[in-house]
Amino acid sequence: MSTEALRPTSYLGEGAGPAAWLLTTDHKRVAWLYLVSLTAFFFLGGAFAVLMRVELATPAGDLVSDDTYNRLFSLHGIIMVWFFLVPSIPATLGNFLLPLMIGARDLAFPRLNLASWYVFILGSAFALVSVLAGGVDTGWTFYTPLSTLYANGFVSMAALGVFIVGFSTIMTGVNFIVTIHKLRAPGLTWFRLPIFVWTMYATALVMVLATPVLAASLILIVLERVFGIGIFNPALGGDPLLFQHLFWFYSHPAVYIMILPGMGVVSEVLPCFSRRPLFGYKAVALSSMAIAVFGFLVWGHHMFVSGQSAYAGVLFSFLSFCVAIPSAIKVFNWSLTLRKGEITFETPMLYALFFLALFTFGGLAGLFLAALAIDVHVHATYFVVAHFHYIMVGGMVTAYMAGLHFWWPKLTGRMYSETWGRIAATVTFLGFNLTFFPQFVLGFLGMPRRYHTYPPEFQFWHVLSSAGAVVLAVGYLMPLLYLGWSMFRGARAPANPWGATGLEWQTASPPPPHNFETMPKVDRPAYDYAMKGLRHEAFSPHKDEAR
Amino acid sequence: MSFGIPFTPPEASSIAGSVDTLFYTLLAFTAALGLFLTVLVVFYAIKYRAGSKAERTGERARSLPLEVTWTVASLLIAFVIFGWGAVLFLRREHPPPDALEIAGLGKQWMWEFRHPGGQREINELHVPVGKTVIVSLASQDVIHSFFVPAFRVKQDAVPGRTTNVWFTADEPGRYHLFCAQYCGTQHSEMGGWVTAMPPEDYAAWLENQGKGDTLAADGEKLFRALGCSGCHEKSSKVRAPDLAGIFGRPVALDNQQTVIADDRYLRDSILNPKKEIAAGYDPVMPSFDGLVDEGEMQMLLAYLKSLSPRATTKSEATQ
Repeated sequence: MSTEALRPTSYLGEGAGPAAWLLTTDHKRVAWLYLVSLTAFFFLGGAFAVLMRVELATPAGDLVSDDTYNRLFSLHGIIMVWFFLVPSIPATLGNFLLPLMIGARDLAFPRLNLASWYVFILGSAFALVSVLAGGVDTGWTFYTPLSTLYANGFVSMAALGVFIVGFSTIMTGVNFIVTIHKLRAPGLTWFRLPIFVWTMYATALVMVLATPVLAASLILIVLERVFGIGIFNPALGGDPLLFQHLFWFYSHPAVYIMILPGMGVVSEVLPCFSRRPLFGYKAVALSSMAIAVFGFLVWGHHMFVSGQSAYAGVLFSFLSFCVAIPSAIKVFNWSLTLRKGEITFETPMLYALFFLALFTFGGLAGLFLAALAIDVHVHATYFVVAHFHYIMVGGMVTAYMAGLHFWWPKLTGRMYSETWGRIAATVTFLGFNLTFFPQFVLGFLGMPRRYHTYPPEFQFWHVLSSAGAVVLAVGYLMPLLYLGWSMFRGARAPANPWGATGLEWQTASPPPPHNFETMPKVDRPAYDYAMKGLRHEAFSPHKDEAR
Repeated sequence: MSFGIPFTPPEASSIAGSVDTLFYTLLAFTAALGLFLTVLVVFYAIKYRAGSKAERTGERARSLPLEVTWTVASLLIAFVIFGWGAVLFLRREHPPPDALEIAGLGKQWMWEFRHPGGQREINELHVPVGKTVIVSLASQDVIHSFFVPAFRVKQDAVPGRTTNVWFTADEPGRYHLFCAQYCGTQHSEMGGWVTAMPPEDYAAWLENQGKGDTLAADGEKLFRALGCSGCHEKSSKVRAPDLAGIFGRPVALDNQQTVIADDRYLRDSILNPKKEIAAGYDPVMPSFDGLVDEGEMQMLLAYLKSLSPRATTKSEATQ
């Protein structure tokens, strides 16, 4: 293997001991630190969800006690939101790809990047200790005065964990913003940036602007809970609705932190496997920014029946419909991208198409929730649960899987089994719909969320949902196995297996420590799939399983 | 219902039908749009699969007229849905007149109701069909939410304030009552049934329950027991505002402002009397914070309201 010997050392080959990984400032290795930690959290949060779904297969509370059930959904939410979804794509794929996509050697602040992971781990330690010590029973929303006065779990510990993790988010955000402003390769103007970079930019802005508000509200909870300072508790002169305003002022933008990166991923994958430029590039880029800005103005739509003024409700409903527009624009653009393409259906493309379907239907369900009179009925029911899982899981996690498969050759230098990839994507899609579609029906019927027991007439739909959860779990466990296997045994990946246009594909797979042998120059727009010499070569020379 | 599997919730209130009309219209629209996009994507995926003979020449990957069209169309459709939802929603603010007012108190983990005649029930609520019922909600501890799916109504009960929800049942029957706001350990057990019955049956039911004292009468007793009457009655030596007809009336404050004496004002004046001082009076009233619980607060408020008949329903609606 003489070519092997001539290949420059990849970032993976530079030092293998724990210190070489734990003290690295290479953005590609930090991405792996995050990837491993987040995968652990994803399966932990997923295990809580499976336990809940098993409990809900029957109307009575027969598997776990009510206190245990309440801890399960609280921890599922806390872990999935703050320890998986918020950092998911930015901290893993974003960390790995952002410098590569803009032709930089690293992020602007490599040490800050590593520090952000340590802060993340510190926050995780608090969260995990609170889990082991007995859990939290406030729901991921920490509503007061339940969380400050009445909940008997380890609320302060978990809140501090989330508080600390917030700093890691802010560090990543600042790092990304500066990197995108200052480190773009010559010729890489704003409107030549891949959409993934645009969405990272929009995400980073929201991270930096919204997270401090979450931090403030969590600290106020701890102050009230531990020191009895009256902020939210009316008995101490506080106002419980104040907490909801503060919490959703962060948490609504946070759902855009969670979905924008997913939009970025599919905006890379769809053009690549259609061999077509992204339809309406500028509209897609600018709509990401519009979502980031409008996202700050809609928090009150979580509070239509909270006792908030009805006229505030009307205003927030109006703004919520406005934020639906840029999402609709994106869906149209993605769909039209396929037109006149040369479409192939490798695993990342399957995930991206499933994203498109699930995001579209999840988004349309959002129209019901934004419509005031309907929200009064379906608020705090399974309809809401179904809606946000369509966006967060059907949308974001599916996009994450699309991205993970798309860039896996770049991350590892190995190909995975295409057959298993396609099977897993399909199983996930079917399992997802079986799990969450019945929840729309349940919500419309009036089934409240966060219920340990429920009236027997709802059982049919709950059984479907629970069965789906098992299928979904299989769909997520499969990639763990075949991707893990491919890391060691998969066929060697070429530099650009999919024949994609991004700069990240112009360097070796896996990339050398400083990303590029020669600094790239850019003289063409993104997604220039008409460019000569691009060839989709992934599975022609290295057919499945052949190594 | 088919094979015992429910697909739709019962429609049992005056507003349920109109909410459902909006729901089903939106369902038809979103299903049509979602299916159209699905079919479009599948059609493209098949037609333009790699190696197919489809025509691919011409056209750049953008079309300004198309993009403007779908943006404007989305906006217009969004505004129509918004307006429709908002108009139906704002009915919450305007209950029909002559409503029956029932006090609802949420506490971990039960709903307690008191009818105007003093009848109490726990996790059960009996209401007459065809008569508007206003449930004025308070909470003893954490936030709860009064939710009757069959009526399409939901309202949080927030500690430290009074909120109201109204409905007019129009179909006799027994309907689920849920707590929709997560409230701790036995959240899923906090609920029961709303029984809507013909007015004559309701009257008979009330009769059967025996008459307790009315809420207002209990409030009056409390008003004396706590010593409020010592200052607030006309014969009193201490100069304190006369409370006859107070509810719903404007009150001039010593800081030149004027507030309406609604639920919020009366509650605050009892718990935190130094906050808003009526003009011309000395701030001598002690706070009753910790001395009256939410149930007693509801009695006091009912008594104060009973001092100004006919004022209730108007400012009732706004919380």
